[in-house]
Amino acid sequence: MSRIGVFVCWCGENIARTVDVAEVATAAAKIPGVRCSVHYKYMCSDPGQAMIRERIESEKLDGMVVASCSPHMHLKTFRKTAQRAGLNPYLVEMANIREHCSWVHRDRSQATAKAAEIIRMSVEKVRQNHALEAIRVPVTRRALVIGGGVAGIQAALDIADAGYEVVMVEREPSIGGKMAGLSETFPTLDCSQCILTPRMVEVGQHPRIKLYSYSEVEGVNGFVGNFTAKIRRKARYVDISRCTGCGECWNVCPLKRNPSEFDFKMGTRPAIYVPFPQAVPARPVIDSKTCAKLIRNGCGLCAKKCPTGAINFQDTDEVIEEKVGAIVVATGYQLYDIGKQQTGKLGGYGEYGYGKYKDVIDSLQFERLVSASGPTNGVIKRPSDGAEPKNVVFISCVGSRDCAKGLSYCSKICCMYTAKHTMLYKHKVHDGQAHVFYMDIRSGGKGYEEFVRRAIEQNGAQYYRGRVSKITEQNGKLIVRGADTLAGTPVVIAADLVVLASAMRPSPGVTDLARMLNVGYDEHGFLLESHPKLRPVETNAAGVFICGACHSPKDIPESVAQASAAAAKTQILFAAEELTREPEIAQINEQTCAACYACFRTCPYHAIEQAEVRTPRGVFVKKTARVNPGLCMGCGTCVTVCPSKSAELEGFTEQQIYSMVESLA
Amino acid sequence: MRLAYYPGCALHGSSNDYEQSLRVCLGKLGVEPQEIKEWICCGATAAHALNHKLSIALPARNLALAAQQGFQELLAPCPMCSMQLLKATKLIAADAGLRREISTIVEAEASGRVKVLNLIQVLERVGLERIKAGVQKPLTELKPACYYGCLLTRPPDVVKFDDSEQPSSFESILAALGAKPVDWNFRTECCGGGMTMAKEETVLDLSRRILADAQQHGANCLATACPMCHVNLDMKQRGIEERYGVRFGLPVYYLTDLVGLALEMSSKELGIDRHFVR
Repeated sequence: MSRIGVFVCWCGENIARTVDVAEVATAAAKIPGVRCSVHYKYMCSDPGQAMIRERIESEKLDGMVVASCSPHMHLKTFRKTAQRAGLNPYLVEMANIREHCSWVHRDRSQATAKAAEIIRMSVEKVRQNHALEAIRVPVTRRALVIGGGVAGIQAALDIADAGYEVVMVEREPSIGGKMAGLSETFPTLDCSQCILTPRMVEVGQHPRIKLYSYSEVEGVNGFVGNFTAKIRRKARYVDISRCTGCGECWNVCPLKRNPSEFDFKMGTRPAIYVPFPQAVPARPVIDSKTCAKLIRNGCGLCAKKCPTGAINFQDTDEVIEEKVGAIVVATGYQLYDIGKQQTGKLGGYGEYGYGKYKDVIDSLQFERLVSASGPTNGVIKRPSDGAEPKNVVFISCVGSRDCAKGLSYCSKICCMYTAKHTMLYKHKVHDGQAHVFYMDIRSGGKGYEEFVRRAIEQNGAQYYRGRVSKITEQNGKLIVRGADTLAGTPVVIAADLVVLASAMRPSPGVTDLARMLNVGYDEHGFLLESHPKLRPVETNAAGVFICGACHSPKDIPESVAQASAAAAKTQILFAAEELTREPEIAQINEQTCAACYACFRTCPYHAIEQAEVRTPRGVFVKKTARVNPGLCMGCGTCVTVCPSKSAELEGFTEQQIYSMVESLA
Repeated sequence: MRLAYYPGCALHGSSNDYEQSLRVCLGKLGVEPQEIKEWICCGATAAHALNHKLSIALPARNLALAAQQGFQELLAPCPMCSMQLLKATKLIAADAGLRREISTIVEAEASGRVKVLNLIQVLERVGLERIKAGVQKPLTELKPACYYGCLLTRPPDVVKFDDSEQPSSFESILAALGAKPVDWNFRTECCGGGMTMAKEETVLDLSRRILADAQQHGANCLATACPMCHVNLDMKQRGIEERYGVRFGLPVYYLTDLVGLALEMSSKELGIDRHFVR
């Protein structure tokens, strides 16, 4: 390559203030093989790009270096420019003389000298570039949605309504997630089930949505556009294609007093049950841990009673494979189990007596207590004796914003739902008094601040800014000792019921799923987006999107908005028949590969396969490692671990790096 | 079990009944704790209020002495002492620079290798089964309120003992003796501690609440493993009753008193006859 163009950018004053761009351009022109070297105020502007195109054509350039900003900023821009002028885009290199030079130096002469060196290195690199073609891979236009809460439902319906097939996997016997169990929702007090259940039914009946309830994703292989998901359908012991959901079985089941998961142990359910009346699918499941038939071959009444013979005690788990092109993760949240001390840093909150005193409950349990579909049919009765509580204490930030023994982050929704709880309580117990202990009231959102003011001013909730130090029980009352830090006094309240706004944590098992999908997660287990502002639902794994509370604590409106965003991103992916991927990926020299598979074990994207070299007639020659171009992200880890130097990264070969270093000598 | 014994000032002074009790009780169980030679004050509340380094150096000196005298484990029956010893151990372990500095100050190698145990932990080492097997006179009449006090389980990241807010190890030992520990609320609340010198009314009020809650929950005595708590609940009980016009009459036992009684030792042997409330 001997006709290289160098284009030095001033970046207005950003570069030109510290670097003498004219001198740098003159120096670059003297490098052997450089055909032309020019400078211009804004290389990325239209006239700048036009100049580049004109030079490529007039000088018949076969390689070019743009000395300007970071490649993160404008590499794509200049590659497109080159392509329009007929130059292969992978023959373009950028010399970063802004972030790496002008922005970090003061001395003009030194910065100028350094800029010239940076350009010299880039020229050496581009000299050894060769033309590459973007990799094209086919797309399976079918999405997997993991999690059937409100976020998953929204994402699935959006994708399906756009005309693509969706496979939805939900761990619980019914979709609906946490929202299905909520009473009324802030700030408008819509009934949660009334707005959610029609959407659940839509999922259940949608011709393009295939629902796997009571199932879990066990493994994911492949790459963007071409994933294969292994789904474990847990044994339900009920054939849902035969079952009509008539209810004979759960009515006849004698083991009725098992704590209900859906009611967060505030109510009970039989051993064969549907979690709640509006469940989708509205088909029961047998709890193998409590069913007398499954434990000791007793009972069996449900099978005798079932009019369609849908009960199958011999049912076993089944693993199914589904091919999809994109994955939306919407696995939601759980509450910090504050009763007990946990492993690691989480110390639990024994001082509140959760798990010890029956009348200390968490906020999701309170939701079931005020929900019309709840175990008390919406009548507020305290768990210990069923009495109507006249004094209820709500404690916010239990486990949130506590670096000592809880979680450092704000759980975001508790201020709002606690205000809602005080309101719902007052609506049902007119002579009752709600007390709230809070750290700050965080009510950012449309109509949110007004909602909290309403709880305080119109519904008379008593707010104390301060923490509770201890809850004890005396003569059937819960003695809540806390502080009012605004008044500067201790507060003691004899309460009938205490509701703890426990911190939100990601669902159990989400980090295993994240590892399966190559998606990053933070110290708390929340999944990581690829850019906090500009790519909020994408992840660093191409084709995997996230939405809802698996990403961070979120309320319903935010989860739904994010779910629609994830669905839109999925549709963008599905809009093309083929995907193009960057060709700057690893390659293995199969002649020299010793098949030690060090690369196979270290590749973070599982992009290396154990393969065989065979003659055209199929005679085995040797074993080798081979790169799957669909999966390789071009990170170069294999290059560093390969002991026989058989792995190379296109566009970043060892020879190129050595040449760059040598050019400095 | 070769066990060093760090009495601290209380067990050699105002609470020598505690020392008497634990010596005879542990002796009967085959544990002979050996007092560290030339031990000094742990610093208690005074040192860390004045000088952070002093509050590490004082306990570190005692730990170094125990190590020099060939011990690997040390019993500190006073929760304040054991907390200070554990705090020094933790700080020294985390910071090599501090470890060298403290070693120079105390003129002995502060290694933090000696394991500090409280009284409950020593009894757990002996084994609940062994204690149970030795019970001659089950304490079936006793309904003790086990009082841990504020320091036995706190700060949790220093003492790393039991659940800091809802502990249960004390109850397990007394249950093994045949007693019926009551479930009550003030197990880890403060009795007022050393405030007894500075502002007695604070102690009287705080200790009153503890006694009242124990009584309300059906206790017929209290059990503690802290010399300071014992002073406030036992010696001051009469004063509390007079000041607030109430009547408790709740005997306050050391943990080893009750173990000793169940092992058929006499009140006199254990020093219970020297308590104020009988």
